[in-house]
Amino acid sequence: MTPTKKIISAFSASIFIFSTQLAQATPEIQHWKNEHGSKVFFVAAPELPMIDIRITFDAGSARDHDIHGLALMTNGLLSEGTSKLDADAIAESFENVGANFSNSADRDSATVNLRSLSDKKWLEPALATFIAVLSDPSFAETVIERERQRALIALRGQKQSPQSIISNAFYKNLYADHSYAAPTLGYEKSMSTMTRRDIQTFYQRHYVASNATIAIVGDLDRKGAEALANTLTAKLGKKEKIATIETVNYTAEKKRVHIEHPSTQTHIMVGMPSHARGDDDHFALFLGNHIFGGSGFGSHITKAIREDRGLAYSAYSYFAPMRAQGPFVVGLQTSTAQTDEALQVLNDTLTAFVNNGPNDHELAAAKRDIINGFPLRIASNSSLLNYVSLIGFYDLPLDYLNEFTDKVDNITKKQVRDAFARHIKLDQLITVTVGQSADEG
Amino acid sequence: MRSKRTLLSLGLASLLAAMATQAQTKPSDNTHEYTFENGLKLIVKEDHRAPVLVSQVWYKVGSTYEHDGISGISHALEHMMFKGTEKFPDGEFDRIVSDNGGRHNAFTSQDYTGYYQEFEKSRLEISFELESDRMRGLLLPEEEFKKEIRVVMEERQLRTEDNPQALTYEQFNATAFLNSSLRIPVIGWMNDLENMNIDDLRDWYEQWYAPNNATLVVAGDVNADEVYALAKKYFSSIKPSAIKQPKPRQEIEQNGTRKIIVKAPAELPYFISGYKTPSLLTAENESDAYALAVLSAVLDGGNSSRFAKKLIRGSAIAANVSTGYSLHSRGDTLFHFDGTPAQGTTIDQLISAINIEIDLLKTELVSQKELDRIKAQVVASQVYQRDSISSQASTIGALESIGLDWRVIDKFVDKITAVSAEDIQRVAKKYFVEDTLTIAELDPQPLDTRKPKRPSTNLRH
Repeated sequence: MTPTKKIISAFSASIFIFSTQLAQATPEIQHWKNEHGSKVFFVAAPELPMIDIRITFDAGSARDHDIHGLALMTNGLLSEGTSKLDADAIAESFENVGANFSNSADRDSATVNLRSLSDKKWLEPALATFIAVLSDPSFAETVIERERQRALIALRGQKQSPQSIISNAFYKNLYADHSYAAPTLGYEKSMSTMTRRDIQTFYQRHYVASNATIAIVGDLDRKGAEALANTLTAKLGKKEKIATIETVNYTAEKKRVHIEHPSTQTHIMVGMPSHARGDDDHFALFLGNHIFGGSGFGSHITKAIREDRGLAYSAYSYFAPMRAQGPFVVGLQTSTAQTDEALQVLNDTLTAFVNNGPNDHELAAAKRDIINGFPLRIASNSSLLNYVSLIGFYDLPLDYLNEFTDKVDNITKKQVRDAFARHIKLDQLITVTVGQSADEG
Repeated sequence: MRSKRTLLSLGLASLLAAMATQAQTKPSDNTHEYTFENGLKLIVKEDHRAPVLVSQVWYKVGSTYEHDGISGISHALEHMMFKGTEKFPDGEFDRIVSDNGGRHNAFTSQDYTGYYQEFEKSRLEISFELESDRMRGLLLPEEEFKKEIRVVMEERQLRTEDNPQALTYEQFNATAFLNSSLRIPVIGWMNDLENMNIDDLRDWYEQWYAPNNATLVVAGDVNADEVYALAKKYFSSIKPSAIKQPKPRQEIEQNGTRKIIVKAPAELPYFISGYKTPSLLTAENESDAYALAVLSAVLDGGNSSRFAKKLIRGSAIAANVSTGYSLHSRGDTLFHFDGTPAQGTTIDQLISAINIEIDLLKTELVSQKELDRIKAQVVASQVYQRDSISSQASTIGALESIGLDWRVIDKFVDKITAVSAEDIQRVAKKYFVEDTLTIAELDPQPLDTRKPKRPSTNLRH
């Protein structure tokens, strides 16, 4: 989607007059099921006259089966035409009232999003179009053809991006036969042969009320949110919720994969599938990763690679928990001649951390960072919408945010070390490099 | 044109009017400005929505202050600002901020260098203590510099050398601007980075880092007078320095289209073009700048803009196409176009299609409906921007740093609303002229071409 930008980014600011407000506690997340069986998660945020809505469908690319790219294509086509409105009319009806529509798909889920002013005069036209886009996409052949061509261009664009090449190769090697292996954007072959019927079938199966999680943050009350949530899914199909994604059965041995690319830097990713959303070890892994490579300067990997040796601009690690076991990743990019040195430092640093865990001082410091900084995580409607959607889609406890700092505070050094030992097997790590191989230099 | 308004656009116009009166808030509300004797300006925006704050220090220095041979020095110095003072040695800055749950980072642009921390609301003093200390107290150790300049070179490789579109942009920009400092890339030319030394940085730091060349912006759940008192404690005793502005190096007049080809390993063709235009600050008539901003939105302001409708959907000649115009620059700027042709079409065809759109702007007035749409987007986005204190603070800091009074934010909606179809036609005719056009085309080379590798050994010492 073309973002509304330029002028919009060039100016600014305004303030809403609120003389006093009590120190903000963790916001209350209200939860219910709407008339059509969709889960609804709502946070009232009356301070600004705006509303954010995100509907998350269990309709990510892990549902593509052999038609790779189908989930993303289906999601992208929603706003390209309904039975009554063409793409131009859809875009106009959002933008004429200053509403921002966006959509997205990743491996686990597909979303449709609306940000609008809360005044009815602005909200209602945007909402009507939003519901039409969601419930009545036409998937016209000519539009499919155009978007297919644009997808093929995007796929070609990935070939000149070492970041895209390595990410695709990393997932392919970690997930082998699992449905997370293929890229969300698909492959040229699958994109070339995908049919209108494939798209319609995917839509009809996945974009149903029982498969939707609705998150609403903004300037409305519970009653208003209930009515809104019912309206959103009224015209969706009524099939049962689809089955959950299979667990990852990871048995690979340690290996290194290299892909040749004419870049001046070699990109490196090291990792393996780790854990799913809701895993008991999540907070221990999150805290441990904060110390190891998740918090930028001062974390082990950034210090060893960047601060001590100047080997890379960006050196990082993260866990990406998903419905099934998402990956643990350590990554960096370095001038090709330094590849071996950087890999050695990365592996030594990771091995030391997995074997030894953090020390008392590091653990206490990381807790202070996360706990003292917690208010920043929930300071805006956008960040709240992200959390609420996540909690809803992954069936995390409703008190996830309330318990967040306590959970972190109660983690011990041993728990971090044990959790890393359970999830990060040094003899099963996969290393992917993209760049120019040393022997041909 | 008014008589041609459709019912729909009349409806929108009244909506806009309703919105404008309903929201009797101004962007500048609850914002307070203070100036200390040493020249430091402090601007505080109170926003009590969430118990957090952002603190930013902006220095008026960036790549447009640089000259040949030291390109990238403002950005390299930004990296070194985290490498320690006597009071807070290397690593302490990060440790203290993270102990307090803060987020921090820095940024360098053509016109300014900025540093920020975000904290829970009670921790502003930490920011002031650290920032006031490194405004003058940076140690700039040579050993740290030798490592950090390698990090900067890695950053350049990541962002530019290995990104064919960024590489094309860099050479495009240096072709459009021949003698002014606008040609200098913010990250710096590689050879200048390779030859940069610690003395260069020490001189640059001495020259530009002073209270009278800085703006302090705080936004969030704070009390303005308390912020002022705290700023006074930490910053008011810092001595000002004589800031010697660089020579103007006014860009020579361009008399003819400039066209270059950039070959690089790539898969997709790409082009970027640009016409010389003034910014809000340099425009003889400021309405020209606002009209160019609205013109940019007519072509590319969202999915209902002309480019999306006509070039991406309609004729499907473009896979991607966009415009760019930077209203807020301290010098002149470019109105630029860039894009990738759709499968089966060429760059020439895409450029021709864009030229037809440019001609249309010169010969026909844009519709009231389009203007109303842009105004609606602007009004709404002003509300949306209030969701982020950082974004609000950044707007103030950027305006001040380029030499515009931050209060212009209050005029923005009115200025945009005042732009007429005739204004757009006028600026299209005035600025979209062949003689000030520069075009760069990326000529994709096979991806199995090998680039020379950067030797690492000779950079170590």
